[in-house]
Amino acid sequence: MSVRSIVPFGPQHPVLPEPIHLDLVLEDEKVVEAVPSIGFVHRGLEKLVEKKDYQQYVYVAERICGICSFMHGMGYCEAVEHVMNVEIPPRAKYLRTIWCEMSRIHSHLLWLGLLADAFGFESLFMQSWRLREKILDMFEVSTGGRVIFSVNMIGGQRRDMDAQMLSMFSKVLDDMERELREISKTFLNDYAVQSRLKDVGFLTKEQAHELGAVGPFMRASGIALDSRKLGYAAYPDIDFEPITSQVGDSYARCDVRIREIFQSFDIIRQAIAKIPEGEVAVPVKGMPSGEHFMRVEQPRGEAIYYVKGNGTKFLDRVRVRTPTFANLPGMLETLKGCQLADVPILILTIDPCISCTER
Amino acid sequence: MNDGEILVIDTEALVTEVLKLKHQNYRLVQICATKTGEGYELTYSFGKDYEFVCLRLNIKEGDEVSSISDIYKPAFLYENEIHDLFDIQIKMISQDYHGNLYRMKTKTPYK
Amino acid sequence: MKISKSPWIIHYDGSSCNGCDIEVLDSLMPKYDLERFGVVNTGNPKHADIFLVTGGINAQNKPVVQQIYSQMPFPKVVVAVGICACNGGIFKECYNILGGVDKAIPVDIYVPGCAARPEAIIDGVMKAVALLDKKREEMKKEAKEN
Repeated sequence: MSVRSIVPFGPQHPVLPEPIHLDLVLEDEKVVEAVPSIGFVHRGLEKLVEKKDYQQYVYVAERICGICSFMHGMGYCEAVEHVMNVEIPPRAKYLRTIWCEMSRIHSHLLWLGLLADAFGFESLFMQSWRLREKILDMFEVSTGGRVIFSVNMIGGQRRDMDAQMLSMFSKVLDDMERELREISKTFLNDYAVQSRLKDVGFLTKEQAHELGAVGPFMRASGIALDSRKLGYAAYPDIDFEPITSQVGDSYARCDVRIREIFQSFDIIRQAIAKIPEGEVAVPVKGMPSGEHFMRVEQPRGEAIYYVKGNGTKFLDRVRVRTPTFANLPGMLETLKGCQLADVPILILTIDPCISCTER
Repeated sequence: MNDGEILVIDTEALVTEVLKLKHQNYRLVQICATKTGEGYELTYSFGKDYEFVCLRLNIKEGDEVSSISDIYKPAFLYENEIHDLFDIQIKMISQDYHGNLYRMKTKTPYK
Repeated sequence: MKISKSPWIIHYDGSSCNGCDIEVLDSLMPKYDLERFGVVNTGNPKHADIFLVTGGINAQNKPVVQQIYSQMPFPKVVVAVGICACNGGIFKECYNILGGVDKAIPVDIYVPGCAARPEAIIDGVMKAVALLDKKREEMKKEAKEN
């Protein structure tokens, strides 16, 4: 007869960069249930919409999360632009695509590093983050910021990239791709890494659908859905296919994310080759009136921005359904039946972003 | 339902309509509450492949809504959140936090 | 031996947007390499000398921050990283933000910025290290007097 015990996990824990609390119900070393309690990062920024007007709110939206700050700003802007029937110039659409994919590369590299840290491979952690610095340098050159960029506005972009900058970016991306190939060999082929990731934390295709999982977490279970295919920004002109794996374990999630980084390199190259000349912003007149659900594919999965305007400069409601919020039920499912020692890795494999989740 | 459609339904019809979507293999995407003049507006969004449909309830202050967490398991997080932030009473949530999902300085700030 | 030769740090994310957290970790990475000053990042409050807090304080994380602070041994220094940790920043007006870290525990060093740059974080940690030596001297003096 095994003994049942409850182990509290978090909010402050060596492996967690962010606070989340789980009560793990254990039978000896085996987890039978996990009950989350969230709210340590809850700020209530959706309500700030009553104090900041719809243009100022772009800056708040960017600070929902410092990892996908560009995409949060863009998703909010696209939603308001849709409500106000603003068509942004083609060049702005391409710029958004390039910055989006740069965010994806930086976020996935960050995740790879944290994953390496979770299974105790310190040098791989450092290598991933060293590579990520190159993307941050690209951000700094093109926007002036490393984390928060503030280049989005309703009606387009605040900054442009000139031809010289774009050609420099392609060179940097070539270098990065070569280095990433080296690092990914270790992630995918190393015996020690495989022993921690393979056959751990299965999520079947049916479970992923049933539990409403999104992003790489869902695609690693074999569902080929990618919101970029909905055609926002310049994605309709870009040739790409959602990346999937049929296996559904932790290794598959790692594999899908690594292949997504390579795909992002390719998307940026396509965008640089096709980017048209012209303006990067259009003037916006009037006030938003009406509602819209905008769906954007973030590094962690689909994010949904709901905007409802009432014809004044203050919006009625902004709501953000972030990918981690949708992935939590799936994560709880993968925890069932795992060993206590695997819990940190399984939490990491959904790429949790708690400050997004709790807003 | 067509892609992008928002179907306004009665509070009593919620469970029936949600079951219909479940049988058509839709997945739950999100639940969102908005304060309107005299009450609240609840929007349940569902997705199938790239399709996106919504059900909408208009409820008054103090109305009770049935939980859909027995039909769609992930709904429990959204429903607890709506209960905590808007003070909308939701009956029979599968995993009810009784107002403790977010422990806040001000109770039900969106009310 | 001076404590400043190898100060250990612990990092806790209050209610920040992640930007400063990532920058704190980033300043420990090869490019900025805070570790060259002997700094070690630890997850255990009882091992730590310097407490880096990012993000503002809300009702739920206040006891967590106080708990970590109380578990740290003396002498200890608290560094508030980023504008949210200093005074609440852009989220100051949010209903669930009580304010900066100083609403929960005494803060010694304030590092501004949104997000705080790694250079600024390194500067903050270096100031904290100097303060750590000072506090230790004072503790020794007090011990002698008693």
